[in-house]
Order: sequence, then structure tokens, then C-alpha cells
Amino acid sequence: MNWLSLFSDPNTQWILMGSMLLGLCSGVIGSFAYLRKQSLMGDALSHAALPGVCLAYMVTGTKSIFFFLIGAIIAGILATVAIGYITRNSRIKQDSALGIILTVFFGVGIVLLTQIQHSSSGNQSGLDKFLFGHAASMIKLDVYTIAGISAVLVALCFLFFKEFKLLSFDPGFAKGIGLPTILLDQFMMLLIVTAVVIGIQAVGVVLMAALLITPAVAARYWTEKLHVMVILSGLFGAFSGFAGTLVSSMVNNLPTGPLIVLSATVLFIISVLVAPNRGVLAKTRLRFSVKNEHKLFTNKQVKEKSL
Amino acid sequence: MNHFWIILIGALVGSSCSILGCFLVLRKMSMIGDAISHSVLPGIVIAFLISGSRESLVMMFGAAAIGLVTVFLIQMFQNSGVQADASIGVVFTALFAVGVVLISLYTRQVDLDLDCVLYGEIAYAPWDTLHIGGQSIGPKAVWGVGASFLLNILVIGLFYKQFKISTFDPALAASLGIPVVFFHYLLMSLVSISTVASFESVGAILVVGMIIVPAATAYLLTDKLSRMIIISIVLSIVSSLLGYYVAYLLDASIGGTMVAVTGVLFIVALFFSPKHGVLIKKWSRKKVLQQN
Repeated sequence: MNWLSLFSDPNTQWILMGSMLLGLCSGVIGSFAYLRKQSLMGDALSHAALPGVCLAYMVTGTKSIFFFLIGAIIAGILATVAIGYITRNSRIKQDSALGIILTVFFGVGIVLLTQIQHSSSGNQSGLDKFLFGHAASMIKLDVYTIAGISAVLVALCFLFFKEFKLLSFDPGFAKGIGLPTILLDQFMMLLIVTAVVIGIQAVGVVLMAALLITPAVAARYWTEKLHVMVILSGLFGAFSGFAGTLVSSMVNNLPTGPLIVLSATVLFIISVLVAPNRGVLAKTRLRFSVKNEHKLFTNKQVKEKSL
Repeated sequence: MNHFWIILIGALVGSSCSILGCFLVLRKMSMIGDAISHSVLPGIVIAFLISGSRESLVMMFGAAAIGLVTVFLIQMFQNSGVQADASIGVVFTALFAVGVVLISLYTRQVDLDLDCVLYGEIAYAPWDTLHIGGQSIGPKAVWGVGASFLLNILVIGLFYKQFKISTFDPALAASLGIPVVFFHYLLMSLVSISTVASFESVGAILVVGMIIVPAATAYLLTDKLSRMIIISIVLSIVSSLLGYYVAYLLDASIGGTMVAVTGVLFIVALFFSPKHGVLIKKWSRKKVLQQN
């Protein structure tokens, strides 16, 4: 299969479009989550969506993506509220609270899933598709949905950039100058939940977490400025979406989601190695140059003494 | 008899996971359990591809090795300046992706079901029995999980003091000459071994749930490490009993209901714990206000 025919295939074009937009939007949102030390929130929320999706199916009785999204968003919001409540009101730390909500919600979700399997003559194949992701079978409508929602999310990040920046770096100060921090906090969670929910369909529960984390961590290596980091992270995400989809459509039998994640990981490893200032190579070079200077310096001293 | 085996497997998984969970919760590393349970996937696949057998011991070895690699990578990125939670996230998702790609590449050779690895099904565990000399000596899972439970008890029991000090005050431990890094990796290898031993039969979600939830619940109920461990073991046994009963009534996934029951127990402790409960704290605050 050659490259050009791949790009002219409308089906591939749609999938490429969808996964690039998804990568872009999760990269942008992920960089805020990273700075607020909430990277694993994406992991917890994508697992927590399961009971919401199951309940939506049980209540409406249809496999409509729209109802699934609503169910998942409600479950996600509930999960964020619960995580916040546990961390604020007990001695449980955030990491344990995340783990508790993740496993308990997912456990309840599996119970509901088995209930559906037993009750409605095994007609639930859409449900596990929804959770494990099926980027290769995205259709026009899915891409429209992903594109629309991603655009809105990126626009919201742009609009609230100043508030989010303040909240990420100095929440105490933000509260001091009268920003509604708890509300903003919940708002940011809502953005994460939405990104996770549209992403689950494409890449699946576990790997959606990677789209939120990996591009952001990679971008962090290159810069000390927030706006540069957000843009870079978005670009990294979009590129991984592009590369992953491309490889998976060229090689038979490879799922798209993991390849998108692996592309992001490759970008991350490159960043770790060659990023200026923070990268491994730059650090080793710095160490060597300091050592050499030191050597020169001591040599000079020795010479001066001997004179 | 199957009822008994399933409950026994659940209780053994619960006990062996929650002993380790106590230390993870106290070290603020709860999500490591989640990470390891996902990242062992490529280890299992590679072990299977190399050995060509589904022998549990080989797979367990591969998975435990990858578990240690996971911990090592997480620690390496953390030391180079990535935040702890983000480095966990990067490492385990990447390894999981590698695992999924390997499974789909060798899908004809590998007789591993992705759903099964993730969900597991404790209900089928009793039929996979171990035979010695043609005589059935109970389900394989009981022996596997039981062995990892004994290993945990043995190691934690032997080095209890060292684990305790390096958990609460690593700096003090280091100054006392305790090899903190060694005990860190020892704990992590125990976590990988228990995860792998358990999740083949019961699924990742039950393992992760049993690592975090009973330990966190016990953390709300007591201030003493030894009591915390005992309480978390009791809680996990109670949840596997109740969870099995609920699953029996609803005809639902057993692992799922067991985790759900641990969640219910956690909520009860969150509100009604005699010392740290939300309601108790509120009530005592009110009492103080009234006295004033």
C-alpha cells in the first residue's frame, strides 16, 4: 500500500482527522492537569465512566453514543466530586482517593455490565467496544462529534488561560484575589472528563490516560513557559494521533489506540534525551564542561604555584 | 465446594494484596499497584512467546521482571524531574500499549484474551485444578495465591521493623543504616508477584481494588501500623465473603461485587470511623461549640 493512496482514502482521512484533533485537545488539557499534579485523574475518570455508560444503556435501552456520553460525563463528575470530598474531609491522600474511586466505580461498572449481559440476550457488544476503543471504525459522525467537542475544549482553555495558569501555579494567591477556586477546579475537572469521554471511544480506557499525560510531560522538557508548553503539548498530541493512525492503517492487524500511545511515548523519550537544558544529553554535556573547567582551573593553579 | 474455593481465593487475594496495600497507602504510592497490574501485560506475553507454554511459573517470572522494570523506570523519570504521578502514568500506559501491540501482532500464537487478562473471572478459577500424581489437590489459583500470601507474610514479618521505619521516616531509616532503596524494591517485587499471582485468576480490577481500598479503610480506623494491617486483612476477607453472596444473589461478576463491597465498607468508615469519621468530627465540633 503506498502513501498517497492512503491519504486519498476518505475513510482514513476521517480517522486521521479525528485522532489528531483528539490528541490536540487532550494534550492541551493534559498540560494543566500535569502542572496541578493530577495526571492520573484521566486514568481514574476513564475507568469511572463505565458505570455511567452501563446505566445510560439500562435506562434508555439504546446504544446511542449521545446517551453514552451523557452517562459517562455524569459518572465522571460524580467521581471528581467524590475524590475532592474524600481528600478534603479525611486523612486519605489524593493518590489513595483516586485509586479507591477508580476501582470501586469500575467494579460497579463490571457488575452492571454482567447484569446487562444476562438480562438483554447478550446484546451488549457496543458497550465493550465503547470502552476498549475502536478508532479504526470511526465514522463521519463520530469525527464530527470529536472535532466539535475538541474545538470547544481548546477554545475554553484559551479563554480561561489566565485563570487556569494562576490556579496551576498558585491556588492560594488565586483564592486571595477573589477567584472562585473551587468552581474553577470543578470546571477544569469537567474539561478533563469531557476529553476523556470523547477519547475513550477512540483509544480505550487505559490508553486515554496516556494521551492526557505523555504529551504534556514531553512538552515540559522543552520549555519553562506555560503557553509554549500548552501549544507544544497540543502539537505532540496531534502528531502522535497522526503517526499512530498512519502506522496502524499501513500495517495489518495493529490496533490504533496503542500505536497512538507508543508514538507519544517515542516523542517523550526523544524529549528526555535531547531537550535543551533538561534533557539527558544536555545535562551530561553540562557536567562534562563543568568538569573540564574545573580541570583547567586546577591546572592553572598548579602552574601558578610551581612558578 | 466451588462456593468455598471461590471465597477462599477471594480472601487469599484480598489478604495478600492488602498487607502490601497498607505500606503503599502510607508511602503515598497507591497507584503503583494499578500501574504494575497493567504493565505486567507485555511481560506475560513475552514470557509466553519465549517459553511457548502457559505454565503459571514462567509467566509469573516474566511478569515479576517487568513489574520491577516498571518500578525502576518510574523511579528513574521521577529522579530526572518528572512528577511522581505523571511518571507512573507515562510508564504504565506505554508498557500496556506494548503489550496490546504484541498480543495483536502474535494473535495467532498467543492464546491470551485481553478482556480475560483485565477482568479475569474468579468464577472459573475452581475448575482449573492442580494435579499431583493424578490426584486433584484443589484449584491452581488457591496454591498460587496462597504461596504469594505466605511469601508476603514471611518477608513482611521478617523485616517488619525495617519496612515500618523506612515507610514513615526514610531519612531516619537511612541514617540507621537500613538499605532504604533495597527495601523499596523488595516491597515492589512483592507487589508485582502478588499482582501477577492473583490477576491470572481474578482479574486486574479486583487486585488493584484489594490493594488500595481495604488498606485505606483501615487507615481511617486506626493509627497503629500493626492494627492497620490486621484490620485491612479482616476487611478484605469480609468483602470477599459478602461480595460473593451479593454476586450469588444478583448473578453478577464476582470480582466486581467484591470490589463494590470494599467500596461500601470504605464509605461506612469514611463517615462513621470513631476517630477520623466525617460525621464524628462534625458532631464533636458541634459539642465543643455548644460548651463554649
